[in-house]
Amino acid sequence: MNALLTLPEIAVVALGLGLLLLDLWTPPDQKRQLGYIAVAGLGLILAATFTLHGSNPQYAFGQIYVMDGLALFFKRFFLLGALFVLVMSTDFADRFPAGIGEYYALILFALAGMMWAASANDYSLLFVAIELITISFYVLNSFRRNQADSLEAGAKYLILGALASAFLVYGIAFVYGGSGTLSFHPTGPNSTDLSLSPIFQLGLAMVLVGLGFKIAAFPFQIWAPDVYQGSPTPTTAFLAIGSKAAGFVLLLRVLFSAAPDVATHWRPWWMAVCAITILYGNLGAVPQRNVKRLLGYSSIAHAGYMLLGVAAMSAAGAAAILYYLGGYLFTLAAAFTVICLAFRKSDTGDLAGLAGLHHRSPFLAATLTLAMVSLAGIPPLAGFFGKFLLLKAVVQRGITNPAYYWLVAVALFGIVVSLYFYLNVVRAIYWSKTRTETAPIEIPRLTRFSLYGCIAGMLYLGLLPNTFLNWAQEAVKALHLN
Amino acid sequence: MSTLTYIIGWPLAAAVALLWVPRQMRVLVRLVPLLATFITMVLAIKLFWQFEPGAAGYQFVQKIGWVTSLDISYHVGVDGLSVGLVLMGAVVAFAAACVAWEIKEREKEFYFLLLLMTGGILGAFASLDMFFFYFFHELALVPTFIMIGVWGRGERKNYATFQITLYLTLGSLLVLIGLIALYLRSGANTFDLVRLTAYLGKHPLSPDAQLAVFPLLLFGFGILVSLWPFHTWAPLGYRAAPTSTAMLHAGVLKKFGLYGLLRIALPLMPVGARHWLGVVAFLCVGNILYCGLVAMRQKDLNLLVGNSSVAHMGFAFLGIASLGLIGITGAGVVMVAHGFLAALTFGLTGYLYQQTGTLEISELGGLLRRLPFIGSALVMAMLAGCGLPGFANFVGEVLVVFGSWKSVPIIAVLALWGALVIAAVYMLRALRNVLHGPLPEKWAALSDATNPWRKLPFVLLLSGLIIFGCFPRLLTGKITPAAAAILQTAAPQQP
Repeated sequence: MNALLTLPEIAVVALGLGLLLLDLWTPPDQKRQLGYIAVAGLGLILAATFTLHGSNPQYAFGQIYVMDGLALFFKRFFLLGALFVLVMSTDFADRFPAGIGEYYALILFALAGMMWAASANDYSLLFVAIELITISFYVLNSFRRNQADSLEAGAKYLILGALASAFLVYGIAFVYGGSGTLSFHPTGPNSTDLSLSPIFQLGLAMVLVGLGFKIAAFPFQIWAPDVYQGSPTPTTAFLAIGSKAAGFVLLLRVLFSAAPDVATHWRPWWMAVCAITILYGNLGAVPQRNVKRLLGYSSIAHAGYMLLGVAAMSAAGAAAILYYLGGYLFTLAAAFTVICLAFRKSDTGDLAGLAGLHHRSPFLAATLTLAMVSLAGIPPLAGFFGKFLLLKAVVQRGITNPAYYWLVAVALFGIVVSLYFYLNVVRAIYWSKTRTETAPIEIPRLTRFSLYGCIAGMLYLGLLPNTFLNWAQEAVKALHLN
Repeated sequence: MSTLTYIIGWPLAAAVALLWVPRQMRVLVRLVPLLATFITMVLAIKLFWQFEPGAAGYQFVQKIGWVTSLDISYHVGVDGLSVGLVLMGAVVAFAAACVAWEIKEREKEFYFLLLLMTGGILGAFASLDMFFFYFFHELALVPTFIMIGVWGRGERKNYATFQITLYLTLGSLLVLIGLIALYLRSGANTFDLVRLTAYLGKHPLSPDAQLAVFPLLLFGFGILVSLWPFHTWAPLGYRAAPTSTAMLHAGVLKKFGLYGLLRIALPLMPVGARHWLGVVAFLCVGNILYCGLVAMRQKDLNLLVGNSSVAHMGFAFLGIASLGLIGITGAGVVMVAHGFLAALTFGLTGYLYQQTGTLEISELGGLLRRLPFIGSALVMAMLAGCGLPGFANFVGEVLVVFGSWKSVPIIAVLALWGALVIAAVYMLRALRNVLHGPLPEKWAALSDATNPWRKLPFVLLLSGLIIFGCFPRLLTGKITPAAAAILQTAAPQQP
């Protein structure tokens, strides 16, 4: 009975397997159409999740799997993200040498991993979910196997990902050794005493290394720019949206459900990591001349901003992270879809290739501008309200602990710097002189709708934040923060 | 619905409507913004007329809940201080839309951004909620960036574009942190200015908190108003900007910082204000004297005007720093008067640039012969800039000097000197070099603004200056009670 709780994940996996089967009977020139089936299937699953309720936590598989507000929030988030990524992949299909059917299926498998991650209530499910995500991405990254940079991205992700997984599993072993259980909610009589034991802390630190790799936080961010640049654009988008969010939901759960004492104990470390991540990402992005690489650095910076919410260690901070991720989803989906269309021939992503985009397609130019402005955090777009909430959460902590004001100062510096390189992209679109391509861009209908959806999402989250903010605040109640 | 909502709403609605107008229909693309800003202007004049001076509290109020958990609401209303600014903003916006005929390419985008900027500016002056106050102001940021970048002029356009955007963002982020800190420190848990003011009137913020938060707002707003030494973005940015953008930005948007100081920083943090306004009094000498001297050395007409506009901001700061009824009333008048004046001068220099393709003072000369209307308007604008009686600037500057005489006499003397001597030197010298003397042959073919449509924006702005200059009670009668209310909370020991 309780196993039915995981029905959304089962449905996603079944959809993926079904696609693989269908792939066998589909003639090569029509394989691209399989993407539409995947999109339709995911749409149905997403709609079906609105029949679920997360207000009372429900458990399955002996407390390993939890279905609460937070899990549900993130499941919808991942489904929506995958939907945008799949639409993007249908545009991208003709740029793969072969195997588009598998590409769709792998996206769905990674999605299933993310959805399980959202429900993880135990280190074992955490590990399994992360591995499912990571291994799918090993393939997705190097899917354009005739391109050296795609293979390079895959190899880098493989080596560093394997290293992170090793840390993770080793850490989990220590955690088990220290506490005697793998559950996030140890119920033993002496569980609280153990939570500050050195062995447990060592294990937890290693687990956090693994998660830090996922979210690309300093000092585990080194892979991000290379992998973002080399991977096929839909993969990059899914890495930026889904994989990062999966890292954050696990981070929130591990820190604030499983080890709240240790989390508070390590507060200075979080603040330092957060500050350095913001600085690294933003300063690293300044000299970049490749849009995808720039977004790779910017994704590090955004991980840093969201870590502000972690460092604040409050319900307001966690809700701010959720809100920020929501805006980030629409913004990045819009940005990568435009990049996908604008670099149809080359897929290099050089900033110069965007020159004259305004003449090639005013709609795409406007969309990318909106996305950049939203990433920079300027009203009336989603990114602004997210940053506002994060800063508010940190300033709130600053009243009792002035060290947080330094964090605010670093964040402000980062935002001003980031404005420079985001607006540089806008400059390239509208008034750069070095035009390389002039052909007008055709936008397939489904993609056009997906872009409309992204724009609507960015504006909705920026202009009418009330409903979504209430959702986010409901969702973080699962974490028992105050 | 309140008239204010319509005043903010018309430009924004027109901006959205413009997206559906095909770009080939150039007449319609032009007509929509003109019509929308015209309606806005008429509504703003009506608002100004119907405003009852001396009535307590805010008028034309409307409030709609927006984010319940943080108590943010769309809350608009005007008092005597902001009603003049809304009027000035609406008139300048219409004038800016009128002079935008110089834009020949990508018109649709330009007007879209212009309308967005207009809606944002007017919304900022009408907001009674700190969040929306910030939100509306930031709406204008990206339009400014793109407008200067795409339609701007000059070789250093790129540099100026990024400088103005990054500098202003820094300022507004400081303001944002200040506002958030105010929200959290007050304990009232509301962004609503009316409720926050009432709450803080009963439970004032601790002096420590005031001393810490006030400088955030002071320097944040200060950057936005080009308080010396944070003014370097202004002259370069205005030189590179297209005419309409410079008019709106220098005329209206810049007043946002002063308005924020008066509306939020002073009444909510009186202790911080008394502590920090001494610093402002010294910095504003930098504005008036230093930037005045810099303006004297300029060889480019727009740089001269830009620096002089920075110098004029010093008077508004001096009025605020005096922390007295006369001084603050004067600051309010300066804000409105300088709005008209800055828009007028940038409009006129924009016309000159359009005709000649240069604003190098040494290249120009004798233009009054070819351009009698534009030239005369420029003479009037420059004289208004020197503080000649009969123009609204005179009223404001005199009040400021009177108001600051008691508290900071030395600075008042310096300011007076700056206004009367330095301003007169560079303004009159520029007039002589640009309008008088022999007419170079290459300018023999220039054409004046003969078409009434071309004259209209300048006539409107000039009449604003002259009406408020000759009948200052129209403004002061409204501003004085509002200033008294601000002072009541900011400095209760004074009468």
